[in-house]
Amino acid sequence: MSMETKVKLTKLANCAGCGAKMGAGTLAKMLEGFQTHSDPQLIVGYDKSDDASVYVLDDHTALIQTTDFFPPIVDDPYLYGKIAATNAMSDVYAMGGEPKLALNILCAAEGMDDDTIRQVLRGGYDTAYEAGAIITGGHTIRGAEPIYGLAVSGFVHPDKVLTNSNAQPGDVLILTKPLGVGILTTGAKADLTDMSVMERIYTQMATLNKTARDIMVKYPVHSCTDVTGFGLLGHSFEMAQGSNCTIHIQVDQVPYHKEALELAAMGLVPAGAYRNRTYAEEGVSLKNEISVAMQDILYDPQTSGGLLFALPREAASACLEEMRTAIPQAAIIGYVTLPEDSSIILE
Amino acid sequence: MERTIDCRGMACPLPVVNAKKAAEEAQAGDTLIVLVDNEIAVQNLQRFASHKGYEVSGQKNAEKEYAVIMQIANAAPAAPAQEMAEEEEISCQPDLIKKGMLVVLSSNTMGSGDPKLGTALMKAFVFALTKQDHLPETILCYNSGAYLTCQGADTLEDLKLLESEGVTILTCGTCLDFYGLKETLAVGGATNMYDIVERMEQARVLVKP
Repeated sequence: MSMETKVKLTKLANCAGCGAKMGAGTLAKMLEGFQTHSDPQLIVGYDKSDDASVYVLDDHTALIQTTDFFPPIVDDPYLYGKIAATNAMSDVYAMGGEPKLALNILCAAEGMDDDTIRQVLRGGYDTAYEAGAIITGGHTIRGAEPIYGLAVSGFVHPDKVLTNSNAQPGDVLILTKPLGVGILTTGAKADLTDMSVMERIYTQMATLNKTARDIMVKYPVHSCTDVTGFGLLGHSFEMAQGSNCTIHIQVDQVPYHKEALELAAMGLVPAGAYRNRTYAEEGVSLKNEISVAMQDILYDPQTSGGLLFALPREAASACLEEMRTAIPQAAIIGYVTLPEDSSIILE
Repeated sequence: MERTIDCRGMACPLPVVNAKKAAEEAQAGDTLIVLVDNEIAVQNLQRFASHKGYEVSGQKNAEKEYAVIMQIANAAPAAPAQEMAEEEEISCQPDLIKKGMLVVLSSNTMGSGDPKLGTALMKAFVFALTKQDHLPETILCYNSGAYLTCQGADTLEDLKLLESEGVTILTCGTCLDFYGLKETLAVGGATNMYDIVERMEQARVLVKP
């Protein structure tokens, strides 16, 4: 156990991790009507509400750009750096690409000494190293609340770009990390989540989606996203709408941390989960009765969550089998059909 | 009895944490009113109340002011009776804890004089603590007081008993480091100077042997 002799990082922040993310609906409204150049080389832009932008450079190379940062979600500065960097890299993997270059985005708050800042950055550099990417610089300011993250550039073959809007009827969906991170983190703030559970969550959040991506791209995947701030249902909703399909989620197949269910029932549900519900609820219908607590888990914002991807049913079992040798929690959680009455059907 | 707790200005999960605390202190039949300033807190409190099996209603008093009203019932009916009884016997005696009472153990001996006597006195002091009608909310150990919570201390059994009764026991992390005790901490958790200062400031009664 490391001794806590410094000020707690999470105490310096108002809002934890991806829970700080602004709601998808709010954001879409704010961006309406702005002037932008159109460029045929920009094949994924802001209008697609995808994970990252993709710009085709030549026949073999497309550039992926993304950024992600958030206030501390853990007190250990090194772990915070790792999680923030892992989360930032994730969007590149979600587009089917590999991160190559990254820039630090850092806001140091009053109460963070030099060593703490250094540990945050070390977490970022170690994660970038593991991802095979290079941090080439960045920008650091002082401010009221700590913030850390990366702006990441990666590459992908233009024909291999995986958007979140190309799921096909007949596909099944695979999710690579269990849900519940937001609720368990909220529980931890109330001292109601066991340290052993939190350690499991921290490890999960600091695990790159690199392995999941490397396995995924060997299969004929149609569409991919990563499950982060908008929760499983928020991101599924975007995929269903973008692909003009209906996504059926088999709730009893969805991997989640069991401890989160009790906490959700007790009302330790982060604000982000309510925002996600408001955003996606009109597109979601229930086939069977599903407890409110379980629904909360499906709407729960995830920090550094797993990949969610759609591929033809014929290819799915081989893919899942290979995925499970490296990522045992990966699971098939649903399937895609032609559009029905709702964008998402929970069954 | 009716009790109102004001959780306006508090971010999630604090309203639920405070409501939980207040509900634990309340009797069956009491009414607990929780004031909050946002809809999310209202919904989380409603989830909490339903989970506990309390009757619950909510009302909007003004812009950014909501009241969640709970009728405190006996503990959730779902819990098996035997488990409940056992739990009560071992640890569930919140009345025993005197809120705001802080005991500070700043040395492994009590008083100044012969160290052998000092050690024996400290052991007797901790033992006597366990026998009081009211137990402290928190025990803080620092400097050589850190030895008291670590393996090999003759105070360990009594401190563990106190912890099982709901007393929070915390030892200064810097002190554990300094004396090389880090790996041997055997009861309670480690803490830092910010927390120590905060707890001392907020204590209503500070007891120092």
